[in-house]
Amino acid sequence: MTVGNTTTQRSADATGTGATVEIDEVAVRFRTKKKDVTALRDVSLRIEPGEFVAIVGASGCGKSTLLKLVSGLLRPSSGQVRLHGEDVRGPRRDIGYIFQRAALLEWRTARRNILLQAEMRGMPKAQARQRVDELIAMTGLTGFEDAYPNELSGGMQQRVALCRALLHRPPVLLMDEPFGALDALTREQMNVELRRIWRETGTTVLLVTHSIAEAVYLANRVIVMTPRPGTVAEVIDVDLPVERDYGQTMSAPEFARATGRIRDLLGATTTAE
Amino acid sequence: MAAQSTIEQRERTAPAGATASATRRPGGAGAGLLRFARNTWRPAAVLVAILLVWWMVTAADLVKPYLVPSPGTTLDVVLAQPGYFAHHTWITTYETVLGFAIAIVVGVLSAVVMVYSPTVEKSLYPLLLFAQVIPKIAIAPLFIVWLGFGLSPKVVVAVLMAFFPIVISTVTGMKSIDPEMLQLSATMGAGPAQTFRKIRFPAALPHLFAGLKVAATMAVTGAVVGEFVGANEGLGYVILQANGNLDTPTLFAGLIIMSLLGVVLFVVVELLEYLVLPWHASRRTDSATTTL
Ligand SMILES: Nc1ncnc2c1ncn2[C@@H]1O[C@H](COP(=O)(O)OP(=O)(O)OP(=O)(O)O)[C@@H](O)[C@H]1O
Ligand SMILES: [Mg+2]
Repeated sequence: MTVGNTTTQRSADATGTGATVEIDEVAVRFRTKKKDVTALRDVSLRIEPGEFVAIVGASGCGKSTLLKLVSGLLRPSSGQVRLHGEDVRGPRRDIGYIFQRAALLEWRTARRNILLQAEMRGMPKAQARQRVDELIAMTGLTGFEDAYPNELSGGMQQRVALCRALLHRPPVLLMDEPFGALDALTREQMNVELRRIWRETGTTVLLVTHSIAEAVYLANRVIVMTPRPGTVAEVIDVDLPVERDYGQTMSAPEFARATGRIRDLLGATTTAE
Repeated sequence: MAAQSTIEQRERTAPAGATASATRRPGGAGAGLLRFARNTWRPAAVLVAILLVWWMVTAADLVKPYLVPSPGTTLDVVLAQPGYFAHHTWITTYETVLGFAIAIVVGVLSAVVMVYSPTVEKSLYPLLLFAQVIPKIAIAPLFIVWLGFGLSPKVVVAVLMAFFPIVISTVTGMKSIDPEMLQLSATMGAGPAQTFRKIRFPAALPHLFAGLKVAATMAVTGAVVGEFVGANEGLGYVILQANGNLDTPTLFAGLIIMSLLGVVLFVVVELLEYLVLPWHASRRTDSATTTL
């Protein structure tokens, strides 16, 4: 499989710091009629080009909020967010976003749901169609191109969402619990797939997950967050080889160390989980 | 790489599943019509049963013929003056369809404006509600005064009747869209026009069609109400005349043609729904085969 690497790397940037994502002392407060919620406070992060970073934390600690900040769908109440060195002011289109729910259009078939990305961006039709075929084969959706979302399993729907997010070869991929609805086996397969896609494309990935194993297997760094108001409790460097066989990784001492540390942190900071 | 080989296995088994889904959903207009026919034979049977009961009641002389004429007499009245009935049916159909069409255009457009501008919505809603709650039969004479004796006051009443369900259903439909779909659209760099065309409007279609079905029947009522107030043609006029002459067979004929007109319009909208929203209609038939 040839997945081009041309548009994925954008190392140099305006400020010259070289980071793909920079978050500086960010706080997010939601004002609703009943009460004010501080979702995030005092969050600072730096993500280098081509990194795979996982974010774990209790439910409601602001993980989705963090991704929405990076994509520009949400503006911080204070602090700064930069993508490729530019201040994020509005929705960014140089990203691929996978939402917590698959968010497919029920009136479009799998293929046409993926093609939505191309249509909105005005990509050349023939090129887009070829790319869709490529992605469908890669994610094992062959044979279901013309099925409607209500005819697909939850896992297949998520794979369609993954294809859609990858279609335009975004330099940054933001994934919000993409595999939450999958059974354990499919989830493992998707993890192996995602790791392979990441290695082939060099995309910078931010992955929110509830699975500690998934976070450690996939990521180079795992950000552990505290419960609301969310802030970074600790950043764990995962010292596993680049080439990660699933079974071998699960039994590696480093895997046990990292997952153990994350579990301790989450246990120490959460009561519910 | 055990996991990867399982994915390949999945790919190999996939086409079987695909053929299964293909037999379940043969695409195209023909399949839509077939589904439609399957779903309409039951109400048709009920209709035949009602006709049968009507015929038996009159044949057994359970009611006086001048109160309830027999199906045969009613049919004879129509066959005796086919031109007369055709003309008045055509007039009412014309008023109804024109009123319905105008209501769709005006209704959908106002709904779109209201969804995109909360200010307009807040100022228009009370007005809409007012136009809806005021009895049409009470304001219809005013339209006769303003617009004369011709077709236009009837069309206006039909528009007024059909407008409201269309606006409400379209507004509801466009607002029911998952906010994440709109955010997704933003990350794709889509502008408001693209988001509307590809996401908001299609998402509102099932709601819109529900409103259209209500509106279709309302449009018939509107046209006939307009004719009741002042007309020299149309089914409303036929019914009023027959009533004055105690001519129950003509009255019955007029009533039946009028109801048929409403039903036909309703069925046309439903047919369109089957053709335009295949995914939606299919889910409806699917739910009939499951236990829920
Ligand atoms: N639009 C909003 N308006 C008000 N409050 C919000 C909004 N979005 C999020 N919140 C609040 O902010 C907090 C963080 O929400 P967020 O969705 O980021 O959590 P999360 O970490 O993604 O949780 P989960 O793991 O359950 O998805 C929650 O307490 C939530 O109630
Ligand atoms: Mg979330």
